[in-house]
Amino acid sequence: MQFDTSSLIPVLPEIFILTAACVVLVVDLFLKDEQRVISYGMTQISLLLAIVITLMTAPAETRIVFDGSVVRDGMSDILKIAIFIISGGAFLYSKEYLRDRDLFKGEYYVLGLFAVLGMMVMVSANSFLTVYLGLELLALCFYALVAFNRDSEDGSEAAMKYFVLGALASGMLLYGISMIYGATGSIGFQAVSEGLANPDVNKMVLVFGLVFVVIGLAFKFGAVPFHMWVPDVYQGAPTAVVTFLGSTPKIAAFALAMRMLVDGLGGLHGDWQYMLVILAILSMGVGNVFAIAQGNIKRMLAYSTISHVGFILLGILAGTSKGYTAAMFYSIVYAIMALGAFGIVMLLSRRGFEAENLEDYKGLGERSPWFAGMMLLVMFSMAGVPPTVGFFAKMFVLEAVISIDMTWLALVGVFFSIIGAFYYLRIVKLMYFDRPVDETPLTAGMDTQIALTINGLSMLVLGMFPASLLSLCAAAFG
Amino acid sequence: MTFEKFVFYLFAAILVFAATMVITRRNPVHSALFLVLAFFSSAGIWLLAEAEFLAIVLILVYVGAVMVLFLFVVMMLDIDLATLRAGFIRYMPVGALVALVMAVEIFMVVGPANFGLDKVPAPVAQPAGYNNTEELGSVLYTVYMYPFEVAAVILLVGIIAAIGLTMRRRPETKYQNPSLQVRVKKADRLRVIKMDAED
Repeated sequence: MQFDTSSLIPVLPEIFILTAACVVLVVDLFLKDEQRVISYGMTQISLLLAIVITLMTAPAETRIVFDGSVVRDGMSDILKIAIFIISGGAFLYSKEYLRDRDLFKGEYYVLGLFAVLGMMVMVSANSFLTVYLGLELLALCFYALVAFNRDSEDGSEAAMKYFVLGALASGMLLYGISMIYGATGSIGFQAVSEGLANPDVNKMVLVFGLVFVVIGLAFKFGAVPFHMWVPDVYQGAPTAVVTFLGSTPKIAAFALAMRMLVDGLGGLHGDWQYMLVILAILSMGVGNVFAIAQGNIKRMLAYSTISHVGFILLGILAGTSKGYTAAMFYSIVYAIMALGAFGIVMLLSRRGFEAENLEDYKGLGERSPWFAGMMLLVMFSMAGVPPTVGFFAKMFVLEAVISIDMTWLALVGVFFSIIGAFYYLRIVKLMYFDRPVDETPLTAGMDTQIALTINGLSMLVLGMFPASLLSLCAAAFG
Repeated sequence: MTFEKFVFYLFAAILVFAATMVITRRNPVHSALFLVLAFFSSAGIWLLAEAEFLAIVLILVYVGAVMVLFLFVVMMLDIDLATLRAGFIRYMPVGALVALVMAVEIFMVVGPANFGLDKVPAPVAQPAGYNNTEELGSVLYTVYMYPFEVAAVILLVGIIAAIGLTMRRRPETKYQNPSLQVRVKKADRLRVIKMDAED
């Protein structure tokens, strides 16, 4: 059998990021502590080059290489570029935070790049085996990153919980995949979906496997009732890690759901639709209601993540290309919003002080009107207030749900987002209508300030011109 | 009952027995040893299924390396079993009920109703010269090359994560530097002082 070298071109971005991660790993060994910024710079340049390579090698049509293990299509390219940009933003915000806490080490960037690689593998996966390996690569990097601050007891506890529950979820997923293999005799997505079309296929075994796959997926998404790890991990892990963990993996989780449920098990849409309906309603309900009771902003944002996951699931369960487009738009927009919110949390933190409690945000409007404005935009966007982009993200998802005659589900979604608006607007109230408790001036490098400004204003710009991103997402399902 | 069937049921019975013992023994060392027995009997079942490579790897990797390491850790750590076992009786009824329901459901799905010999024919026995290891190797490096490479990256990340999380210089711990020890010269340690002999 001859190996076709042209099949390497579609996976060139993956090869590049892997090489870059290994180079950063080796170069970092020879750096002194005050030269760590070189590892950081190399990481950012690698992400930038990866965007260029992805754009340059973008194929005109869908290409499936490596005997059906990898697929390169429009969706994978857009999601990968979104992952590169948002990961770069997370690394940029976390630089000063890590430096202030003596955590500015090369391993953060090496593991970060490997996590990006894991997400790329997931996004481009074309078989259950590849998707699972990508997921494990991503998860393994995050287990280590959550425990990155080894002197923090909360961090170790969070990492332990994350690891045990994550391993359990992987086991569930694998068990489900084994059932699907048992029924269809294949793990490639095309072969599985062809197997589903066969009338002799054993439906009961398939649905049994599907249940386990959906459970594994819900664990990774952090959807209720498999959300127990989310608040503890968000609270316990260093904020720099949470910024990364809370943003891009949601895009990867969306891709995971699309690849497994739509590409692979699309024939069982009628079965998984109702499973996702239950997960979505519970996630929106529990996420929004529990977030109100939180006094810790990282925990509050964790519950907010859970509620947003409910909305992403709403788009996927619609099962139409309109729904997939809306869910893809939502997951990218959510990643940008989460990045901005945690960026502000890190901006307010300094050596020996974590701006974790809601009181720490009192009077931010007086201390720093500009960044309070950015936080306002992010919070409005999360709450879904027009003209920010969060409003359009919610609207597209609800439209997709209404178009499949599930208006009641859309109403449930609207009801819970109204409840959710309370805790986002409470932050705005604390920032503008309360006296500051803490008068320490905010210090941040010029790069962080510029990035936060772009991040905040993008809420507004994308909200004014939602068609720009939406048409990209729609093209992926054209 | 053919001899093959007899061997299968024998190994299966030992496997179920050993697995039950793993989760019910009080002493973690006993649990670990029963787990070794469970691995041995499942390796036997794999041999029956003509998957000799997997059977050998299971023994070499799991029994030979993982379980020995695990026993080592169990003996080094002082695990407080009383707190681990607290609540076992309390949660037992609920846990047992859930486990029973799950077991019945799983049996209904993977039992003879769906995977009986009439549904899924038994695999054809391979000729005597058949080499399972070679078969695996030929697809592992061709059809499954991409997943294989990703698995290699996962192992690399495992190494980095393990070293990153555990390698640290604690100022209070004393350690030896073998390189310095080897390079030491007589002159560094020994000082010959000339002094007048005393009467």
